[in-house]
Amino acid sequence: MTQKEEIRILAIESSCDETAAAVVVNGRDVRSNVISSQIDIHTLYGGVVPEIASRKHIERINQVVQQALDDAKMTLDEIDAVAVTYGPGLVGALLVGVAEAKAIAWAKNLPFLGIHHIEGHISANYIEHPELEPPFGCLVVSGGHTHLVRVRDYGEYEILGKTADDAAGEAFDKVARAIGLGYPGGPKIDQAAKKGDPLAVAFPHGKVRGSEYDFSFSGLKSAVLNYLNEKKMKGEAVCTEDVAASFQKSVVDVLVEHSENAVREYGFRKFAIAGGVASNSALRAAMEAMCRKRGVQFYRPSPVLCTDNAAMIGAAAYYEFRKGVRSDWSLNAVPNLKLGER
Amino acid sequence: MKILAIDSSGMPASCAVCEDGTLLAEYTVNFKRTHSQTLVPMLDEIRTMLEMDLNGIDAVAVAGGPGSFTGLRIGSAAAKGIGLALNKPLVHVPTLEGMAYNFYGSSGLVVPMIDARNQQVFAGIYSFVSAQEPEEVCNAESGWRDPLHVYSGQEALRVTDLCEKLNTLAQETGKEAVLLGDGAVVYRELIEKNLTAPHWYAPAHLAQQKAGSIAVRAMDLARQGKLESAAAHRPEYLRVSQAERVRAQKEGR
Repeated sequence: MTQKEEIRILAIESSCDETAAAVVVNGRDVRSNVISSQIDIHTLYGGVVPEIASRKHIERINQVVQQALDDAKMTLDEIDAVAVTYGPGLVGALLVGVAEAKAIAWAKNLPFLGIHHIEGHISANYIEHPELEPPFGCLVVSGGHTHLVRVRDYGEYEILGKTADDAAGEAFDKVARAIGLGYPGGPKIDQAAKKGDPLAVAFPHGKVRGSEYDFSFSGLKSAVLNYLNEKKMKGEAVCTEDVAASFQKSVVDVLVEHSENAVREYGFRKFAIAGGVASNSALRAAMEAMCRKRGVQFYRPSPVLCTDNAAMIGAAAYYEFRKGVRSDWSLNAVPNLKLGER
Repeated sequence: MKILAIDSSGMPASCAVCEDGTLLAEYTVNFKRTHSQTLVPMLDEIRTMLEMDLNGIDAVAVAGGPGSFTGLRIGSAAAKGIGLALNKPLVHVPTLEGMAYNFYGSSGLVVPMIDARNQQVFAGIYSFVSAQEPEEVCNAESGWRDPLHVYSGQEALRVTDLCEKLNTLAQETGKEAVLLGDGAVVYRELIEKNLTAPHWYAPAHLAQQKAGSIAVRAMDLARQGKLESAAAHRPEYLRVSQAERVRAQKEGR
């Protein structure tokens, strides 16, 4: 395959509640990154409503794609391939992006690539760190995912650990609701925790017996709920900030501990975090400290690249494109797609 | 006028290309694979068969609802993506008007119905304006008239209520009704119990969604200026989501 100097990829992402499109050149040069968030409407329901998310995606998708092209000062005639998240995520939401991306690629006779959402999150780290190349370790934490991943090469992943039940971000949302902070829980707990004492309440760590890299956050969530109930029964006041700080510490501790174990066992020289929860200030600080202690280079994307976005999909797609990966017109959305599978 | 038409509102996936009075291609598959898997491969087959330059189409027509929420969105997103890529307008064809066109020219009552669960259907009652009835001319300006007469526009309603409507209408008009769509299959027993008006059921080749009908209806809508931008298009579900319904009920109390 003769290789062009510049590969320009139009990427689309609609796996949850953000409608997003981006133009990325050679995997790392983001020419545009448009994100249309639906958070206001889902906040009314205390969480993402799949049918509403799907309806909002179809209403916004063309405007978002057009904006991405306009911001990049490009037309579709200058685009070399179209990439889209095809899983994991909400099936109805994914289908909008998949159908749209496929139709654009088909109508313009362009190569078409389905991309794994988590692969996108990991690849978000390439965008702002031109020197970062595999191999490295990566912790992906978001509202839907908690994965400790060994990135062997571009597009080659080994999952070392994942959550046995709730995702870390999901636990943040549930606990935030229980202590009256509302939705979305991540940023609200982060804020409240800054004014609280992380040692005020000793919550359990979300480990899984017998599998050293896996996580479990549903027990922790229950422990918080039980604590709140107990306080209520006794008629004692609850300090929201202390609960937030203690809960957050419990989550961060286990994420960092498992990451550190992986650094030790696999000898990573580089370690990255990714996903919506990677914006959490306590997690960032603790991971950075762990990496410094171990002499490991630490990477993290800016908050805008931690949240669901299409630039990260464009970054991941570039390396798949270079390997010759193409999807055909029958590509379906795969809500429970596993990392490293096609 | 050349139209590329898509209908993925129900079980069948259907695509067609129609140019003025000629249906160049129509491809319908009613099988277990999802529309996400079938629709674009079908379009691709049509493009190959017709040696087609997509830039030659004037508009993309899509069955805009009602129908399966997910199916509607797959068709809409495909139409919107093609519209965006080629800078072409869309024609939103109400699904049931498209289905009524399966019986174009019929002077009887044409009653397409889509299963909407819980003994409800999305249905409409239509008829076609006969050449012998010039008084029904609707668009005086151009002298062109819409061949579709709408007795009852598409809506979600109980099968028994639809039957009652039809009974009254058949008595008033002396017309018999042809029933089509999956609603007529699923609720046949209920219909037989409640429908006293003379009626019959559409045969297999006319009983389901066909993109050819969407294309022809789209041309008639386009003649009336009913085009929209690909960006503005959205499906017409005829029903709010369950979460919105529950929330509205709570707030109503």
